[in-house]
Amino acid sequence: MSENVTAARPSAQEPVKFKKQNQAKEIWRRFRKNRGSMVGLFMLILILLAIIFANVIVKYSAATTQNLSIKLAGPSSEHWFGTDSYGRDLFARVLYGGRTSISIAVLATISSCIVGSTLGAIAGYFGGKVDNLIMRALDIFMSVPDILFTMAVVFALGANFVNLLIALTLAYFTNYVRLVRSQILSLSDLEYIEAAKAGGASSARIILSHIFPNAMGVIIVNTTLNVAKIILYESTLSFLGLGMPPPQPEWGQILAEAREYMRSAPHMLLFPALAIILTACAVNLIGDGMRDAMDPHLKS
Amino acid sequence: MNENNILEIKNLSVIYKTDLETVNAVNGIDISIKKKSTFGLVGETGAGKTTTARSIIRLLPAVGHVTGGSIEFEGQDLLTLPAEDMREYRGDKIAMVFQDPMTSLNPVMSVGDQIAETVKIHNPHLSKDEIDKRVEDTLSMVGILPSRKVEYPHQFSGGMKQRVIIAIALACEPGLLIADEPTTALDVTIQAQVLMMIKDLRDRLGTSMLMITHDLGIVAKICDDVGVMYAGEIVESGTVEDIFEGKNHHPYTEGLFGSIPNLKSKAKRLNAIPGLMPDPTNLPKGCVFAERCKYATDICREQHPGVVASGTHTLRCHLFDENGNRKEKKNEQ
Amino acid sequence: MYRYIIKRILFLIPTILGVIFIILLVLNFTPGNPGRSILGVSAPQEAVDQLNQELGYNDPLMVKYVHYLKNLVVNHSFGTSYFTRQPVANEVLPRFWVTLKLSIIGIIISTLVGVPLGMLTAVKQYTAWDYIPSVLAFLLAAIPAFVLGMVLLFVFSLKLNILPSYGLNTWQCYIMPSLCMAIPITAFNIRFTKSSMLESIREDYIDTARAKGAKESTVIWKHALKNALLPVITNIGLNMGGLIMGAVVAERLFSVAGIGALIVDRIAYKDEPVIIAGTIVISITFTIIMLIVDIIYAFIDPRIRAKYTRIKG
Repeated sequence: MSENVTAARPSAQEPVKFKKQNQAKEIWRRFRKNRGSMVGLFMLILILLAIIFANVIVKYSAATTQNLSIKLAGPSSEHWFGTDSYGRDLFARVLYGGRTSISIAVLATISSCIVGSTLGAIAGYFGGKVDNLIMRALDIFMSVPDILFTMAVVFALGANFVNLLIALTLAYFTNYVRLVRSQILSLSDLEYIEAAKAGGASSARIILSHIFPNAMGVIIVNTTLNVAKIILYESTLSFLGLGMPPPQPEWGQILAEAREYMRSAPHMLLFPALAIILTACAVNLIGDGMRDAMDPHLKS
Repeated sequence: MNENNILEIKNLSVIYKTDLETVNAVNGIDISIKKKSTFGLVGETGAGKTTTARSIIRLLPAVGHVTGGSIEFEGQDLLTLPAEDMREYRGDKIAMVFQDPMTSLNPVMSVGDQIAETVKIHNPHLSKDEIDKRVEDTLSMVGILPSRKVEYPHQFSGGMKQRVIIAIALACEPGLLIADEPTTALDVTIQAQVLMMIKDLRDRLGTSMLMITHDLGIVAKICDDVGVMYAGEIVESGTVEDIFEGKNHHPYTEGLFGSIPNLKSKAKRLNAIPGLMPDPTNLPKGCVFAERCKYATDICREQHPGVVASGTHTLRCHLFDENGNRKEKKNEQ
Repeated sequence: MYRYIIKRILFLIPTILGVIFIILLVLNFTPGNPGRSILGVSAPQEAVDQLNQELGYNDPLMVKYVHYLKNLVVNHSFGTSYFTRQPVANEVLPRFWVTLKLSIIGIIISTLVGVPLGMLTAVKQYTAWDYIPSVLAFLLAAIPAFVLGMVLLFVFSLKLNILPSYGLNTWQCYIMPSLCMAIPITAFNIRFTKSSMLESIREDYIDTARAKGAKESTVIWKHALKNALLPVITNIGLNMGGLIMGAVVAERLFSVAGIGALIVDRIAYKDEPVIIAGTIVISITFTIIMLIVDIIYAFIDPRIRAKYTRIKG
């Protein structure tokens, strides 16, 4: 029997392959729809541009040149944020301080992420005694309140960029160890991992190509949010006198100086505080947005 | 509403509306479930079966809306009931068993408490002892030691968890039990056990059942009537004999039966129905199955087919005339 | 269950040993020495060396370690401060008590305000009850504790003049330091409880509860809440770290004689006995609080409880 008249037979549709590209595009699209995240992104880009091109906007010397005759002046057309107790231009100090604070925070986040994730991956994947040892050591390490430890380390090694980086990494890597370990523990059980093992994949390959891509989402969100936390932490350290040595400006340090002059010169408190708060808000908005974009639930 | 029926769904349509798009999940379906009988709703994933089930007990997610039709249960249109009253139906007159037993139980409450909760909600005047006895009876009924009522869900295996869930559903002896793929998530060996238990309980308690499944074997074993669902529509329905025997079937139903692997044949490949279900946000204007149908003609692509019936057997397809007979013998090898 | 508790308490011992070692190790590499700090920049080197010798500062690391432990176990003594030559216990313990008081107030405020507010924002999502606390929590989470403290000082001490800016002699003195410590944690609790609650509501067993015909309020307050609280409780323990940072900052800002300030000050003098004692005391408290939290958690979550008790059947 001949077949009934049909139109040109439709080609069998390929099930949509969700390649990484498609997934990333989808996440970006959801991120874009979220107004909060876009505001955060916009703010952050502005801040970053201002900081990167700081030397175009105002010279570094303005941040360090003292001029006691105009000390503690309020905002004016010449000194947009006013001056500090040594007559230095506050706007320049905040701008250049941003360079220090943000670059340390970003680098410290990345390094703590790498150190912590590696440790967590090892603990999670190999399990058993290795896992036990790492987690116990971590418990002891975490019993020392991190701020005291950081302070001791910075004090021991001296306050400069690299040492601060080391101290901050030490303070924050523990975050990642637990996180990555639990991701690996929960993902390892899934059947596709067993399938990979059954297919003969080596441990490293399994970790890299199967587990990490899925844990990646959680890691990225956490890392973004950690940047904000480290910015706050770093400024607290410099407030306590453990940041970069003067005259290099840093937000926390500017605020430490502002403390004495709060009554007479509140602008010294206002502007660096705003800088910290706005930057942290921007980063948090982006982090929250990324989290929502990666795990959407239908909104009516 | 026909007196012999416990549930009558007429022309039900349901959409899911997000700010991105509108999904037409169910489009004008009719289902009648007779008292003390079991209706099997068959179809592949995404056909709209679960949506239909949830519409009956009105537990659609916030983005789900019923846009038309009626659902009559023992003469009452459930869709027009105020929310408070609907709550009284749930668990007491109509109960639902969901798909995944592993996550359907509250991990921090004992199974006894979870069963007791159902009883308490609908029988507030019962004493603690009476409720306890009810719990124990229900547990025995599903084949679990009554002394295990103090244990927690994580202490039970998958099959046992599903029994607990069934116990919860049957605790108040509902008139209608909706089972959404109750055995899909279980091991094959356990599946048979649980299925037998469901069948046994249904016979004993005289419960009517709406059994949602994609497994034709289950349909054969335990259903009296069947509805085949595709892309939000019922394309064929009838008694189990109508669907499993006879020569006139919707092409989709043919495809379903044809895709069952045959142990005896030497075929190298399984017969799948080529293609995918149409995009529910953008349904074709003609027959929803036309794209994948090997008998499709122009009219199939242009005009949405109406329902034709031959006794208890209904078909929604252009290939059949008003009496349910094949129109032209142009097809079939 | 008791085995679990005892095991955890016993773990305190290697913790303390480890802590002491780590501190001595780090301080070993720190520049400066107590002798120089005490006698001043212009003092002759021999005097400095002699003082260091007397204090026992020049002993090698392991000797110091063993000596310290012996002192602790046998004499029940924390030793003598390099700086003030007083028994360490006299300095550390009263100040520890002060910090503890502030910390407890901080924990109480952050838990009793943060958690219920978080639940509220989750249950009343997308309404004003959600937006206002959430935005507030968001902003507060972006403010470092010391900035918060300075703002509080500015507003309540300088401008409004209704709260004292230093010391702890009246009950009003406690307000600003505790707030300074509690607010960042409260903000965190609001956000975390909200997300935990939202996740809990999306679980399958909530569907089952609704299908039983349970009232929506029962579904939320009985089913969702119990499960949502589990990670929240765990977090209360983990918040301790932030609490201590808040304490250090608050004590500095408000001139409170607490243990955070003490340790910070003595680091410059390399006053090892005091630093060690202070840190040990904080660590032990930290660990005990986390142990309490874990025990509470184990009691509430039957899955964990099962691991530590005999299961029947």
